[in-house]
This record gives sequence, structure tokens and C-alpha cells, in this order.
Amino acid sequence: MSLLFLILIDNSVSFRTTEICFMSVFVTVGTTSFDELTELVTSEPILKILETKSYSSLLVQYGRGHHQVKECNTAGLKINGYRYKDSISGDITNADLVISHAGAGTCLEVLGARKPLVVVVNEKLMDNHQFELAKQLHQDGHLLYCTCSTLGSTLSEMDLQSLEPLPAPKTNKFGEDLTLHFQL
Amino acid sequence: MSCIFRYFPPMKMAFLLIIGLLVLFVIRLCYVLFHLQEKPLKALKSRSVLAVAGSGGHTTEIVRLLSSLPSTFRPHSYVVATSDKMSVTKIESFESTEGSENKFTLYKIPRSREVSQSWGSTIITTFHACLASFPIMWKSRPDILLCNGPGTCIPLCIVALIYKVLGICATDIVFVESMCRVTTMSLSGKILYPFANRFYVQWPQLLQQYPNAIYLGGRLV
Repeated sequence: MSLLFLILIDNSVSFRTTEICFMSVFVTVGTTSFDELTELVTSEPILKILETKSYSSLLVQYGRGHHQVKECNTAGLKINGYRYKDSISGDITNADLVISHAGAGTCLEVLGARKPLVVVVNEKLMDNHQFELAKQLHQDGHLLYCTCSTLGSTLSEMDLQSLEPLPAPKTNKFGEDLTLHFQL
Repeated sequence: MSCIFRYFPPMKMAFLLIIGLLVLFVIRLCYVLFHLQEKPLKALKSRSVLAVAGSGGHTTEIVRLLSSLPSTFRPHSYVVATSDKMSVTKIESFESTEGSENKFTLYKIPRSREVSQSWGSTIITTFHACLASFPIMWKSRPDILLCNGPGTCIPLCIVALIYKVLGICATDIVFVESMCRVTTMSLSGKILYPFANRFYVQWPQLLQQYPNAIYLGGRLV
């Protein structure tokens, strides 16, 4: 998020400062193909919702999808897109909101970066076990969870302040347990 | 059948020998499986770990699990599917943060099953992967085989069990079910549940189906 302070001098020589926030949305589908989401998120209705929520830029990582998101300005948002990067952690860090597929690794990476996350389930992959984690994290209040058909209402009604941060994993317990078992 | 044995006694002997060896193998297998959950008898100064990498988040999880182990769990070696370049990058990046004095080994193996591959052809590719596992396990002979669910781990675990029954090495299988498995077990988990020495789950819901699994109170990665 970048803050721009404008110092305005009016006729009575008083100073006013105005804070302008440029909030950005990052959409990621990992290594999957999820054209339904990338097309939806760059469509007018969704862009309008994002604009009313004060987002001014949208970056889409579209993975294996056929729908390529090109650089443009639409409905008051600066839009750009790419297929893959070696690491999306920089784009996650720069985002104020992340919208992603239900990939377990992505969920953990975004929640680990303490960013608000909306997970969109790809209904064409209903037997994909990766839903389990996103569903559980949603039940535990760590992220928002929806389908393409409910993304609009989820974004309109979202209260990102109500999301709980994800607690750190107990990785050290694994090391301790194994050390105890193997008597090292 | 009896006339063959009358005229070819050596065949009868060979047949009896094969049956005898199979019976011995089964008895030894039962002994190994019966003693799976016990602590190792030998106290060693260190235990080598062979970790199985996999696509998606599997390698990320494996690397995080390894990072929690003290340096007595060394040396590290890894098995990576031949088509998996991303895992090699993750492993090299992890090992470079662990210190340049720690050497590690990378073994390549054909994939047992691609996503959505037919089950008929999976039998053939798994068999091919099993054949490739024999020399890997022979060279490596790790104390611990660490896996978290990619299909790549099945042939290695099968070979580890065969070698254990034959007394070639005493590799313990440590299986950690992926953290994205909340209510259902992976296929690899279902297969290895009866054969693993330590079987960990990261969500308590799985204990209902797998009561002998170990749950340490939360996610491990």
C-alpha cells in the first residue's frame, strides 16, 4: 500500500493534508487453469465492486489458463497479468487483498504473510482434496471462501477485519517427537 | 503334476525350495510388521534421512519438516521424480541455508503416477518405479525414510520393507500426512498406514479413521 500525502495551500495560506491510499488486489491460480475466475475478476461487475472498496489496481497470475490478462485500465482499476513467476511472494506482500484458488500451498503462503484472503473454489474440480484445507481454514475464521457465482456478494459484504490470523505451525514438536523416538 | 516330479526330481527340489523361502519371507514379514511401532533397539549418534519430494506443496512440507530436525538427523538425501525441476530448486535452496558443510544427495526416480493417469497404466509405471527404487535404497540405506504423500514414495517404501525383511537394511518409514488432508487420507497414507513406523496426521479429524496415527496438537507445517 502506498501513501501519498498532498499538501494543499489554499488562498488563506493554510495547509491541508490529504492521504490517498492505493490498494491493490492480487489474484493467483497457482499452476492450475482457472479461466472462470480470471475472466470473472476482470469483468465489469467485479471491478466495480473492487473500485467501491477503494482498490485501484489488480494483478492477475493466470497460470495454465487460456484467458490471458493484458495490461489495461478498466472501470477505474489498473489491471495487469502474467502466467508464472519463480516466486509470487513479492506480489503477495504488495497486495492488500489476495483472491486465490483453493491451493493449500497458496493458502498457507498468503496467510503466513498475514494478508486477507478470499479463496474461490473451482466447482469443476469437486473431487479435489485441496478444498478440505480451505474449507477448514474458513471454518476457523482465517479466510473467506466462495465460488465464482458468489464472489460478487462475498466481495461486497466482506469484513476483512473479522479474519483471524493463522497460528504458527508446531513444527518443533515434530523434531522433538522424532528425537525422542529415535533416542538421539 | 506328479509325473513331472517323478522324471524331474531337481524341479521338485527347486519348487520346495521356493515354497520354503516364501514361507520364511512371510514369517519374517509378519515379525517386522509386528514390531513396527517399537523404539529402535540400537542407540546411534546420528540417523540418516532419505526424504521423498513431490509436486505441489509436498516438497515445501518435507523441507519444513526437515528444518525442525536437529543436526543428528543427518546426512540428508532426497528422491525426486525425474520430471520435477521445481523440487530440486527448493531442496538446493533449503540445503544452502542449512550450512555449506552439510552435503546432501539427490536421487532421481521415474514417477509412479501422474495426476489423472489411468489405474491400468499406473500398475506398469509403479512397477517401473519399484525397479528404480532397488538401487536407490541399496546405495542410500537410510535409517529413516521420510515421506508425506506423493505417489513417488510408495515404490521406495515397498523396497525399504523388502530390504528390511531380507535384513539388508533397517530403514524406518516415517509418514507425515499432508496438512491439506483434513478429513480424508491420501491414497499413499491409506497404503502406508499399516507399514509405517511413525505415522503423523496434522488434523484431529483423521484420528477417527486412523486411531494409531500420531497427532501432535496442530499443524506441523
